[in-house]
Amino acid sequence: MKAIAARRHHRLAPVVLLLLALLVTGALYAVLAPSAQSAPAPTEDDVVAGEALFQANCATCHGPNAEGREGAPSLIGVGAAAVDFQVSTGRMPMQMNGPQAAAKPPQFEEEEIAQLAAYVASLGPGPAIPSDEQVDPALGDAANGMALFRTNCAMCHGAIGKGGALSEGKYAPDLSGSTPTEIYEAMLTGPQSMPVFNDANLTPEEKRDIIAYLDVQQAGSPGGTDLGSVGPVAEGLWVWVVGIGLLISLSVWIGAKSS
Amino acid sequence: MSTRATTAERAAGGTADYLDQRTGIGLAVKNFARKIFPDHWSFLLGEIALYSFVVLLISGVFLTMFFVPSMGLIEYEGPLASMDGVEMSEAFASTLHLSFEVTGGLLMRQIHHWAALLFMASIVTHMMRVFFTGAFRKPREINWLVGFVLMILGLGAGFTGYSLPDDVLSGNGLRITDGVVKSIPIIGSYMSYFIFGGEFPGEHIIPRLFTMHILLIPGLILALIGLHLFLVVVHKHTHFPGPGRTDRNVVGFPLFPVYVAKAGGFFFVVFGILALMGGTMTINPVWNYGPYDPSPVSAGAQPDWYMLFLEGSLRLMPGPGWEWVIGGYTLPMNVLIPAVVIPGLLFTMLALYPFVEAFATGDKREHHVLDRPRNAPVRTASGVAILTAFFILILAGSNDLIATHFDLSINDITRIFRVLVIALPILAFWVTKRICLGLQRKDRDLVLHGHESGRIVRLAHGEYLEVHTPLDEYERWTLVQHEPRRPLELEPAEDERGVRRKGYRRDAIRARVSRFFYEDRVEPVTPAELAAAHSHGEHDALEGGAGGQEQIEASQAHDTQPAAGGAVAGRSARGHDARDR
Repeated sequence: MKAIAARRHHRLAPVVLLLLALLVTGALYAVLAPSAQSAPAPTEDDVVAGEALFQANCATCHGPNAEGREGAPSLIGVGAAAVDFQVSTGRMPMQMNGPQAAAKPPQFEEEEIAQLAAYVASLGPGPAIPSDEQVDPALGDAANGMALFRTNCAMCHGAIGKGGALSEGKYAPDLSGSTPTEIYEAMLTGPQSMPVFNDANLTPEEKRDIIAYLDVQQAGSPGGTDLGSVGPVAEGLWVWVVGIGLLISLSVWIGAKSS
Repeated sequence: MSTRATTAERAAGGTADYLDQRTGIGLAVKNFARKIFPDHWSFLLGEIALYSFVVLLISGVFLTMFFVPSMGLIEYEGPLASMDGVEMSEAFASTLHLSFEVTGGLLMRQIHHWAALLFMASIVTHMMRVFFTGAFRKPREINWLVGFVLMILGLGAGFTGYSLPDDVLSGNGLRITDGVVKSIPIIGSYMSYFIFGGEFPGEHIIPRLFTMHILLIPGLILALIGLHLFLVVVHKHTHFPGPGRTDRNVVGFPLFPVYVAKAGGFFFVVFGILALMGGTMTINPVWNYGPYDPSPVSAGAQPDWYMLFLEGSLRLMPGPGWEWVIGGYTLPMNVLIPAVVIPGLLFTMLALYPFVEAFATGDKREHHVLDRPRNAPVRTASGVAILTAFFILILAGSNDLIATHFDLSINDITRIFRVLVIALPILAFWVTKRICLGLQRKDRDLVLHGHESGRIVRLAHGEYLEVHTPLDEYERWTLVQHEPRRPLELEPAEDERGVRRKGYRRDAIRARVSRFFYEDRVEPVTPAELAAAHSHGEHDALEGGAGGQEQIEASQAHDTQPAAGGAVAGRSARGHDARDR
C-alpha cells in the first residue's frame, strides 16, 4: 500500500490509472451490457436449416449470400432482432412491391423464424433478440415512457401509437397490436422508414419505459369508446353522425303534425 | 276536495295577480302564449344550438369549480400511471384531477366538449337552413348578421376553451395561432407579444384565455342570443309555402301549450343525447397528449372540426417561393393566404350574401314565405359552392387520416385537393344550378300534366296512352305559388332628350349581377298555361267509370277559351276522382 502511495505522483501514474479505468469499464460493460444471447444459443444445425430456408424464400431478392440487390438491402450485420421483427410480423417475405412492406399473418413457424434469425446472425454481428426481462412492461416506468414517447415516437406514430401517415403512401403503423418484443426490436433495428434508436440513443431501460407506456394504453380509454384514438377529426365526424344525426331525426318526429 | 282546489286556484290566481299588478307581466304572457310557430323540423335546428349553449353553461359552471387557470408548474401526483410524477402546469394537473378524481368530472368535461362541438354543428346546420330557404331576405338581414357574429363567437368560444387544459395538442394549435398572428405584416410580431405577454408560450396565455372563455365570449353570446330571439319575435317566424300561407300571416300552432311542450321537451332530448355522448364516447383525452411542451408535435394533430378548415387551408398551401422578402422584411404569403385571406374571403361572402342578393333583385318588399331551394337556383348553387369549399378544406385538414385509412399517398391527396379546392366549388355551383333548374322543370311538368298513374289506356283508334292524374289544388299551390324572378331590365343611359341619366353606372352593374342570378330560369306555371295544358291534354283527362271500367271521353266539345298561345281549348280535365280512389 505504501509503495503505491509513494508512487502516486509518478509521471506515468495517470497513464496507468487511465488504462486501469478503461479495463474496468470494459470488463463491467462485458458483464452488464444487454446480453446478445437470450434464447437458447442457436446451434450449428439451426444455422444450416436457416440457410436452407433463406435460399428458398429470401435469396431471390436479398441475394444468395444475403448481400442485397437493387431495392433489397444487404442482410449482413442486421442481426437476429431484425429478422425476428420482419418475419414474425409477416412483413417479410414481402407480398408485393409498394411504398412499404405491410404487416400480415406470419409466413413461417416460430422455429423456422429462429432458424432464419440464426443464419442471418451468423453472417455478421448485429442486434440480438431481446430477453423477456428487457421487454417486460411491468418493470418499466410509464410516466417516463410517456415523456420519451412523445419526444421520439409520437410525431409519426401519434400521441398513443395509433399510427400516422408518412410521405408518398408510407405510414407509421398502429402499435396497439404489437408485442413488447416487436416494439423493442423495431426500436433497435429501425425497420423501413423508422430510424434506429440504438442503446446510446434510448437506453434499454428507456426502451422498456416506452413499452410500459404503450402497455398502459391497452387498457382502453377511461372516457368510453376511444373512437379510434385518432384525435379531433373522429370526434367531429361523430358529432355530426350521432349528435346532429339523432337530433335531426328527433326534430322530424317533433316537427311532424300530430294529426 | 273542491275547497282545496279552490284554495290552490286562489293562491295561483293571487300570485299571478300580485305579479301582474307590479310588472304588467300578464300582457306579455298573453301575447307570448298566443304566439304562433309554424311546424317544420328544420325550424328546430336553431333550438339545438340554443339548448347546447344552455348545456354548455350548466356544465361549464361545474368545470369552473375545479379548473385552475394557471401556468405555474407543479409535479402531478395522481391515479394516472402515465402522468405520475410528471412536471406540468396547474391547468393541466387540475384537468387531470377533474377528470380522474372529481366525481362526475370526466362526464361533465366530456358533455361540455361534445356540447361545444354540437353547438357549432347546429349553428352551421341552422345557418344552412336559413340560407337555402332565403330566410335572410328583408326584414331579416340584420338577424342574419347577428347569427353570423354568433357563429364567429362560437368559434372563439370553442378555440379559447379547447386551449385551456394546456395539453400538447391544444398547445400546437396555439403555436399555429401565434404563427398566423406573426404573419400579419408590420403589426404581427407586436400582436404576438401582446397576446402572449412576451415570447410564446409565456405564462399568461391560459389565464387570459380563461377570462375570454368564461366571461367575455359567453357574455357576448348570451346578449346576442337575446337579440337574435328578440328579432325572431319582432319579425315573427317564417313559414314554408303552402295553401293559405302568405307574407302577411303565420300559420302554425300557438306557443302555449303546443310549443312549450315541444320545445321544452326538445331541450331534454338535446341534453339527453349530449349526456349519452359524454357518457359513452371519449372526447379530447388530454391524458393521451400530455402536458404542453413546445417541442413535441404528434402525428394526427388537428383542431376541433370547426377549425379544421383553417388547418386544411394551411396544409394545402405550397411552401417554397411564397415567403417574400421585401426590403429586409419577410412577408410570409404561405401563411397569410391560407390562414387569413382564404377564410376571410369565404366568411365575407357568407356574411354579405343577403345584401348581394337584395342588390341583384332590387326587391324592397318583406318576405315571410320561404323559398323552396330549387326556386332560387343561383342562391342554392352559391351556398353549395361555399359549403363545398369548406368541405374540401376540412378533408385537406384530415389528409393524414385519409392517407392511413384509405391506403393513399398523402402527397397525392394534397396535390389533388389543391386542384379540387378551386375546381370543385365551381363544378358544384354549376351542377347544383342545373339540378335546381331540372327540378323546377319537373315541377312545371307535374303541374301541367299531373302524376303518372300507371294506367295504360287504348283509344278507339288504337293509340295507347298513359292516364295522368291532375294535381289537387293544394299540391299544385305549393308548386306554382312562387313569383318568377327575372333579370332587371337596364334602362337606357340617356333619357329621351339625350341627357345622361344619373345612376346609370350603378344600374348597369345591378343589371349584370341580376343577369347572373336570373338569366337561366324556369318560370312557374301561370293559370293561363295550366288551362291551355288541360285543354290540349284532353286525352289525359279520362273519366274513371264506375267499377273501374274506363270510358273513353270521345266527345270533343270544343269550347274556345282565351288561352295562351291560342291553343284549341277543350273541356278542362277534372280527374280528382282518379286521385281520391
